[in-house]
Amino acid sequence: MSGPLHPKSRYLFSLSLLVLLSFQGGCARGSAQRGLVVAGSTSVQPFADHWAEVYMKENPGRVVNVQGGGSSAGIQAARTGAADIGMSSRELKPEEKDLLEVIVAWDGLAIIVHPGNRIEELSLEQVQNVFAGNITNWAALGGSNHLITVVTREEGSGTRGAFQEMVMKKNRVLRGAIVQDSNGTVREIVANDPQSIGYISLGLVNQKVKAVRFDGVEATFENIEQKKYRLIRPFLFVTSGAPNAAAQEFINFVLSRPTQEMVRHDGLIPVFKD
Amino acid sequence: MTRLERNEKLTRLALLLVAFSAVSILLVITIFIFSEGTPVMFRYGLQKFLFGLDWFPLEKSYGLLPMIIGSLFVTAGALIIGIPFGLACAIVLTEFSSKRLRRLLKPIIELLAGIPSVVYGFMGVVILVPFIRDNLGGPGLSVLAASIILGIMILPTVISISIDSLEAVPRSYREGSIALGATRWQTTRMVMFPAAKSGIIASIILGMGRAIGETMAVIMIAGNAAIIPRSLLDPVRTLTSNIALEMGYAAGEHREALFATGVILFIIIMVLNTIANLTSKRRTP
Amino acid sequence: MRIYVDPKIEQRFFRAVLWLFTGVTVFILFFIIFYVLKRGLPVVSLGFLTKNPVEMGKAGGIFSTIVGTVALTLLAILIATPLGVGSAIYLTEYTRENWVTRVIRFGSECLAGIPSIIFGLFGFILFVTKLGLGWSLLSGGLTLAFMILPTIIRTSEEAIQSVPYAYREVSFSLGGTKWQTVTRVVLPSALPGIATGVILGVGRSIGETAAVIFTAGSSLHIPTSLFSSSRTMSVHFYILAREGISMANAYGTAAVLIIAILIINVLAYTLMNKFMRKYC
Repeated sequence: MSGPLHPKSRYLFSLSLLVLLSFQGGCARGSAQRGLVVAGSTSVQPFADHWAEVYMKENPGRVVNVQGGGSSAGIQAARTGAADIGMSSRELKPEEKDLLEVIVAWDGLAIIVHPGNRIEELSLEQVQNVFAGNITNWAALGGSNHLITVVTREEGSGTRGAFQEMVMKKNRVLRGAIVQDSNGTVREIVANDPQSIGYISLGLVNQKVKAVRFDGVEATFENIEQKKYRLIRPFLFVTSGAPNAAAQEFINFVLSRPTQEMVRHDGLIPVFKD
Repeated sequence: MTRLERNEKLTRLALLLVAFSAVSILLVITIFIFSEGTPVMFRYGLQKFLFGLDWFPLEKSYGLLPMIIGSLFVTAGALIIGIPFGLACAIVLTEFSSKRLRRLLKPIIELLAGIPSVVYGFMGVVILVPFIRDNLGGPGLSVLAASIILGIMILPTVISISIDSLEAVPRSYREGSIALGATRWQTTRMVMFPAAKSGIIASIILGMGRAIGETMAVIMIAGNAAIIPRSLLDPVRTLTSNIALEMGYAAGEHREALFATGVILFIIIMVLNTIANLTSKRRTP
Repeated sequence: MRIYVDPKIEQRFFRAVLWLFTGVTVFILFFIIFYVLKRGLPVVSLGFLTKNPVEMGKAGGIFSTIVGTVALTLLAILIATPLGVGSAIYLTEYTRENWVTRVIRFGSECLAGIPSIIFGLFGFILFVTKLGLGWSLLSGGLTLAFMILPTIIRTSEEAIQSVPYAYREVSFSLGGTKWQTVTRVVLPSALPGIATGVILGVGRSIGETAAVIFTAGSSLHIPTSLFSSSRTMSVHFYILAREGISMANAYGTAAVLIIAILIINVLAYTLMNKFMRKYC
């Protein structure tokens, strides 16, 4: 730059320098400030977020950042170090088995319909047939004479994977099904469409939707703990190698008895085995 | 060479480098998207990839045809809705309204462009989707819902570029036509429109680009079933929603296939951009 | 056979149709704004604006997302403005139309047409994973900067071009160098026009979702450094509304967003008007 700076531009210049410097300061403290990053499954996220909230309240000064992104993104992030802990709502694939996994809770899967739907109970076979597209009218199940709107999760989602494995087995979900990318959106659609059916985490079932009895068993925590209700899957925390100190402390906190009691309260099934 | 001259030279060089930032960013984006996306396309077979009907990424089957057709359907729908409304606004604002009204209406319509796309999507979810479901049948999340919302979203693009090209027509054209006894409408239809044609076409092509590229609004209201829709009331999945929907959980080859979806989208957009660029260039002599 | 229609009647008919279509368009706009504000404004209070979200946004306010939005937008502007204005200066002041400028313009126009999801994918693969920046303000800010760069280039170019040539001649005749002329005469005169472009860029950044969610993540904490992940208001609204976490808070967030966009548009428009009145 030639010549002395114009007073106005000198002011601008120092202002931008100031801004840059303040960011520089941020950089220097970067990794300490970013806190513990927990990223992954959108199914685990709401619960992990709650755990983090309590954890931070009990341990002032600790920062836990909970991110969505999906199970695979979380696993990927744990591998690359973008996250300290990855969250997964599906079992690890064989090629991911080099990572360390901890089951932090179990989650039930509920088959949900609109609260106004007359249907109260569906068998495994019926659910299979509805989602495969072999049964297309509620009348065939004893309901009103309306076409069924099937709502499913996207391919690759942990919830979809669990549903495929436990319910659909070798059958494919029909192609014309509405596809949504989170439990919440599936719940919203089922809550608004009287003719729809979907599946979500048991813990997220609320009064806006109705969970049907599956094979005669009501989707409740008692029934899951007594191994009567069979649609369950693990929620995993994944780390690349042994977790670092901060991650280990958070994992210990999550596995501790008080937190696991809270897990039950949140609508998941705790992991302690007594 | 004096110090001053050297400084000038250096500034020019620095500015040239800066000026190439947009081009280099475009290049880097192209390289990254293509290097992530193309290997799987060729490994899997380009023909199967482009014309396959089965999108079952977990079974390693990556047929993209339903999404390509889905994108074309909703875009066509958006144009059918967006063009008449957009051109009507452009004509009214340039030919049939007082200057004061124009100065009031134009910024208001441009405001449409500023509303976040998620708000449009949300309006679709709370108003349009239930309306379609209750009155026309089907799940409501459909080609129709996506077309209408996208049609509204492309309006600002179509309107503002059409206005620019109508305003660029020399005054003498209009005056000559009126002097010959033609009505305003005749003038618009027979003189102004043909004269501004290339700009109007460019506005439509850019609107098309916006419709094809929109993601969040579409994901909220299209239903996202990977099928070729048979009616306006069927759910549909576009190229963009295919990416955004599955990116979170995709791993390995599945993820590459999503980048490959991005490659196809990228190529479509670049072709549209080039066409728009060429048509609007022809306008200026 | 052609039926003769009186041109006056024909005109009356088409004018009515055209006005009807325009009326519908304007109505849709007002309807959207009214609908969102009516449901959202009652939720908006000082507490809503200054408290952090609790339970994923079910309760509490949206403070951290406001901070996230401002930080991300500021970062994008800080990166994109020098590049954009620099490009515009080069294109208008330092060169004639030739193949180089054509390449630069074409590149910028293409960049403007690229869908945000592609920016998101790109930002995710380059900044978040390859460069290891993670989901962060920096990743998001860089991605957004790339996205708004063409807008800033175009508006700055227009603004600089409309500064009368006489201004430059005076400066040159007083012995000013090109750079001095540009920085002390041209740029100050073009400032309102450039500011309009920057403000439009701000508007686009605030409203963006697809590119941001893949690069800046969706953490609800107040960002403390360039490397913290952050959630913008648009992303927050998207998540609240889609997941049905809290419709009230979703509408509240949308209302704040819409008001911000309104202010930005009014600001850009008045600046533009002032600028136009000065030179055109």
